[in-house]
Amino acid sequence: MTRLPTGGLIDRSKAVRFRFNGRDYAGHPGDTLASALLANGVRLIGRSFKYHRPRGIMAAGAEEANALVQLGSGSSAEPNLKATQVPLRDGLEATSVNCWPGPRFDLRGINQLASPLLIAGFYYKTFMWPSWHLFEGPIRRAAGLGLAPEGPDPDRYVHAHARHDVIVVGGGPAGLAAAHDAALAGGSVLLVESDFELGGSALWRPEVEVAPAIAALRAMANVTILTRTEVFGYYDHNSLAAVETVMAGDGPRQRLWKLRAGKVIIATGAIERPLVFAGNDRPGVMLASAAQAYVQRYGVLPGHRIVIATNNDSTKEVASVLTAAGASVDVVDSRRGLSVTHAKGALGVKAARLSDGRTLPCDLLLMSGGWSPVVHLFSQSGGSLRYDDTIAAFVPAVARQPVECVGGAAGDLGDLNIEPEWETPGSGKKFVDFANDVTARDIAIAASENYRSVEHLKRYTTLGMGSDQGKTSNVNGLALMGELTGRAPGNVGTTKFRPPYNPVTFGALAGPLVGTLHTPIKCLPAHAWHAEQGAVFEEHGRWIRPTAYPRSGESWEAAAQREALEARTSAVLFDGSPLGKIEVCGPDAAVFLDRIYVGTASTLKPGRSRYGLMLSEHGVIVDDGIFVRLAEDRFLVHTTSGGADRIALAMEEWLQCEWTDLRVAILPATSQWAVMTVSGPGARQMIADVGTDIDLADFPHMAFREGTVAGFAARVLRASFTGEASYEISVAARHATALAQRFGRAGAVPIGVEALNILRTEKGYLHIGVDTDGTTLPDDVGMAGPIAKKASDFVGRRSLLRDDAAREDRLQLVGLLSDGPMLTVGSQVLAPGGTVPGPSDGHVTSAVFSPTLGRPIAMGLVRRGRSRKGEVVELYDMGTRLKATIVDPVFVDKAGEKLNG
Amino acid sequence: MRYSLLSLARKAAQGHRDWPQAWRSPEPKPHYDVVIVGGGGHGLATAYYLAKNHGVTNVAVLEKGWIGGGNTGRNTTVVRSNYLFPESAAFYDHSVKLYEGLSKELNYNIMFSQRGMITLAHTRHDLEAQRRWANAMRMNGVDSDLLSLEEMREQVPALDYSPSARFPVIGGFIQRRGGTARHDAVAWGYARAADALGVDIIQNCEVTGFDYDADGVQAVRTSRGTIGAGRVGLTASGHSTVLADRLGFRLPITSYALQAFVSEPVKPVLDKVVLSPATGVYLSQSDKGELVIGGGLDLYASYAQRGNLPTVETVVAGMLTMFPSFSRMRMLRQWAGIVDVVHDSTPVFGPAPVKRVYLNCGWGTGGFKAIPAGGWCMAHMIAKDEPHPLTAAFGLDRFAKGALIDEAAASGIAH
Amino acid sequence: MLLIHCPHCGPRDEGEFTCGGESHIQRPALSASAEDWAEYLFLRHNPAGVTYERWRHTFGCERWFNVARCTVSHRIEAVYAMTEAKPDIA
Repeated sequence: MTRLPTGGLIDRSKAVRFRFNGRDYAGHPGDTLASALLANGVRLIGRSFKYHRPRGIMAAGAEEANALVQLGSGSSAEPNLKATQVPLRDGLEATSVNCWPGPRFDLRGINQLASPLLIAGFYYKTFMWPSWHLFEGPIRRAAGLGLAPEGPDPDRYVHAHARHDVIVVGGGPAGLAAAHDAALAGGSVLLVESDFELGGSALWRPEVEVAPAIAALRAMANVTILTRTEVFGYYDHNSLAAVETVMAGDGPRQRLWKLRAGKVIIATGAIERPLVFAGNDRPGVMLASAAQAYVQRYGVLPGHRIVIATNNDSTKEVASVLTAAGASVDVVDSRRGLSVTHAKGALGVKAARLSDGRTLPCDLLLMSGGWSPVVHLFSQSGGSLRYDDTIAAFVPAVARQPVECVGGAAGDLGDLNIEPEWETPGSGKKFVDFANDVTARDIAIAASENYRSVEHLKRYTTLGMGSDQGKTSNVNGLALMGELTGRAPGNVGTTKFRPPYNPVTFGALAGPLVGTLHTPIKCLPAHAWHAEQGAVFEEHGRWIRPTAYPRSGESWEAAAQREALEARTSAVLFDGSPLGKIEVCGPDAAVFLDRIYVGTASTLKPGRSRYGLMLSEHGVIVDDGIFVRLAEDRFLVHTTSGGADRIALAMEEWLQCEWTDLRVAILPATSQWAVMTVSGPGARQMIADVGTDIDLADFPHMAFREGTVAGFAARVLRASFTGEASYEISVAARHATALAQRFGRAGAVPIGVEALNILRTEKGYLHIGVDTDGTTLPDDVGMAGPIAKKASDFVGRRSLLRDDAAREDRLQLVGLLSDGPMLTVGSQVLAPGGTVPGPSDGHVTSAVFSPTLGRPIAMGLVRRGRSRKGEVVELYDMGTRLKATIVDPVFVDKAGEKLNG
Repeated sequence: MRYSLLSLARKAAQGHRDWPQAWRSPEPKPHYDVVIVGGGGHGLATAYYLAKNHGVTNVAVLEKGWIGGGNTGRNTTVVRSNYLFPESAAFYDHSVKLYEGLSKELNYNIMFSQRGMITLAHTRHDLEAQRRWANAMRMNGVDSDLLSLEEMREQVPALDYSPSARFPVIGGFIQRRGGTARHDAVAWGYARAADALGVDIIQNCEVTGFDYDADGVQAVRTSRGTIGAGRVGLTASGHSTVLADRLGFRLPITSYALQAFVSEPVKPVLDKVVLSPATGVYLSQSDKGELVIGGGLDLYASYAQRGNLPTVETVVAGMLTMFPSFSRMRMLRQWAGIVDVVHDSTPVFGPAPVKRVYLNCGWGTGGFKAIPAGGWCMAHMIAKDEPHPLTAAFGLDRFAKGALIDEAAASGIAH
Repeated sequence: MLLIHCPHCGPRDEGEFTCGGESHIQRPALSASAEDWAEYLFLRHNPAGVTYERWRHTFGCERWFNVARCTVSHRIEAVYAMTEAKPDIA
């Protein structure tokens, strides 16, 4: 055991039990998984990404690049967590990643034998023959670190917003002081700290007193403090994103904070850099400040015979802390001409070899290659950086947003007296990026191959792209590249800092709007009644609607056939509530609709309705529906179910942005009205049976009446999508179920969407988005008629005059009849000659079995289709071929006599 | 030097000293027969094919920053040719075919992995639309197959197949020849091969203007001096309108940020490239083990090459709705590229209004997969002063005619 | 995450808004030439700098208004009514 008898911020009176790689251990409250493992003498944590080299714990915070673990298993597994950032809790189960059977003996350790070949760019130069894909399987299985969870996440995540005058990122001494100053100025202040304790570096430097500052802040009403909250992104307009790990028992697991600040103060400190010598990745080689943190914060002495390799003065304090804790300490200072050139010991460091040839036995080898201010957020904010020779690091230069850096993040690191030695001479693997196994030699290779831009260096060697995001490796890497190419580090520059600073859980990013809450579905007002009738439901454009109402033993397809036939012979009830309903009101309503529709609204008389086709400004059909003139200055516009929201928005845009002089109001009313459509030869009688005050004898096709139906105030429109006499009865949504019940008791057979599809296909009625697509113009579907008669402009009209609209070989909507079998939607019409691959002459858009005709029928868009009626064409469908005759698309009641009922 | 396992072993024996430069960094010459503006995949491929196919080797590729640093190095690496319209299919399938032989041709492993590209179907209407699409692909000579639910479960086990899923998966269709490639390697491979044929690749060389008149372009003004040019190719996707401004003409293009992001690496969990039309999200898993995730464009015009949070929230929510088990995995990196968006999402390819200037732009979200064919056809156009037949329909004249090639509008599915 | 000052509702996060693209585009008459019509439909200024575009406060007052915004820094220079002329921004 290496736990010290006293000291640190752990509670020795309580034990916390946990498992690592199947063995039981105990630590204390206040420990991280890393400190508890070190306290138990565990040095070997896992294997590295590429070479599968044994790795231990190198740091004490977010910069850890070696000690990755997998927490939990199954659906609550968490891969690739840094052991230094996992607070210890009872029952925690962790395992090593990327090794099998375990970190001590790992079968893939054999990769180390191939390491002379596995240099930067290895894959670019090999495995080209016969095909990369053949080699990929084993390469993929060898890569990848931890295991993805299995099954849906049992936890939930929430989002929260906050706005403060000042947001301070980092709760160390500098951040605490900045927050206090800001709070005294009187504004609202938010202090955000990623650790579970405030204090930052003071947590491991107890001589820096922060308790009074913390107490003062906690007492101020205008100060909010968030701990366990990591600010990971700095975005536009001074916004920050942070993720809070919530510790409450049954609450969310994490909370994503979207923060906005008048001013941001970055007090994120600095990160110590490794030295680049051979074997610097061995378990037991650690950043010098990390050892100090383990002693002072966690009461763990991670080694007894310690060598400190350094190039700056920050290690003086480390040496005295370790000596005071009872360790023997040797300092090897490159500024005095002595360096550690090798760390010896495969599974854990045993000795340090020095540049003078001596070997110092040790069980802990500490290194300090200087310090890098954590400028990530500042850089993300758009701020520029400059290289400061006095501390050999990049520091904030010019801010582009209201942001300021303080303390270590600003480069305020005291007198380091650093003399960098970016690479220690000597042979062997000298790691620059521990997470991705990038060595100094890889950087030399990149330099000699001219991958010299810092971005090429990163991408070619993968420097800084591991799960530690290069926190300890970037500066060493680019400085090495600078030395090799005769450039100062400041001239090499850094790669772009991108969010997130630390990896962020996808669940937290997504928040609660996943699964069934992602684009929530809408139910019909009478949903329960449909369910009682045995409806099979499907989603149609976010609405859950009855497809059909199969009876016992009946398939839904058979039910749809039966329902369609009922509509042709008796009276049926269809719930058309999702039908888009928009009221267009005002003195200029008619003028407005004249500009919106292909047809004309201004000549329509109140109480009458007309079919309207809407185009986009590109001339393409975007929607259709019946519009009713309720009064001189009031229209009720019907849209397709899917178009309801879109069309209302488009109308608003035209009004507010283009025709700002028109006096019109757009009132969407889709969900206010439920629509029950009664259709069929018996429809009129059935409405009479349930009772109405509307004169049904004087109610022609395309007329509109207001009155009562079955006692409910109703709007009734004579319009038909079935080809039968139809009454679209709109009542307040709350009466939908009662009205449906009345018609049900009166004997109306409920029909679903599929029966309606059969009925409208029999009539050759167009279904926008099915029989048309985003390239279909009015003439393609035979609806250019009204255009010729209209003098004025309307949306999309000019586009219909373009060359392409006048092409003679456009696809036109026609009927298609096979000589027996069903056609399938999506089949291609072959051009004469019938080669596949070869030119297409169109495709089938709708295909049903017509119960009225007792045969399959179809519609399709066919090249020059209207002039080819009677012609037999060949169809292709995923390898099978069929023949069909081009016919008129109206299959039933061509004269339209049944409409009038 | 030819790359192979043998040459690698030989270098290893020498301690990997003195690997030769993959490409030179020459000083710009006063004049080139052809100057390509934009050192991304398209520009480098154009230069390579100019030299290789047409013997034009007095060529410079000018790059503002570092080669491959624009959208070539910022995309989700998907390569496919699953297009509905014959014009698109012919072009993109030529690109896939070139990709199939590219590692060997360039002697640079671009890691083209034909793992298959699957588009999900969530409703019966999706199945019908995909049937049309799959049939059209076969008419276009491109492989396509419809997948049953059972096949989907086998190929993409990580999807949510529960009946209560918000977007239940009921089928899908696959282009088996679709897949992914290592994006940076495509730029570097073309650069190395073009350089070997004598092309000058000039980095850190920003184009600030042009010398041109009614007779056409004469020179390119750059941050490294004025460079004479017989012909000029513009291959600077995302920034095409900025260059067009400097040449006095306008393009039907708006620049948007397109974001992508990756997860931390995990062991293999997703073998195919998967697109969900319902959520607009597409993802694959890289050879390193990272999930590579993309979605829709950012919602407003931008030249800022940086990520934004709202789009990420939307895309991740879509991904988790399809793949709930990815919820506890973590996003490692987020970035954005600036893409040229044209109304019909079909490239703009052809001679520019200024003589001897040629356009290769308007790739929208899909320029990476087009790199080999884009370079191939651009080289043809520059060398012969006429559009390559594969890009004849992509000219600027289609806008006045209304002869758009709008895949998304026709298929109802965004590409 | 932009902070947009809706002229009716005040400062709100970008998530409440919808961008409608470049503003101040004149819709030509039906008699326009094919080229003029194509320019109206397809050509945008797309500057790397200040762009004048229209936004809707979708989850708020649902009103359209104009915004002058830099496409490089995303800084918002001005917010003004649909019927107002383009402000002069240096």
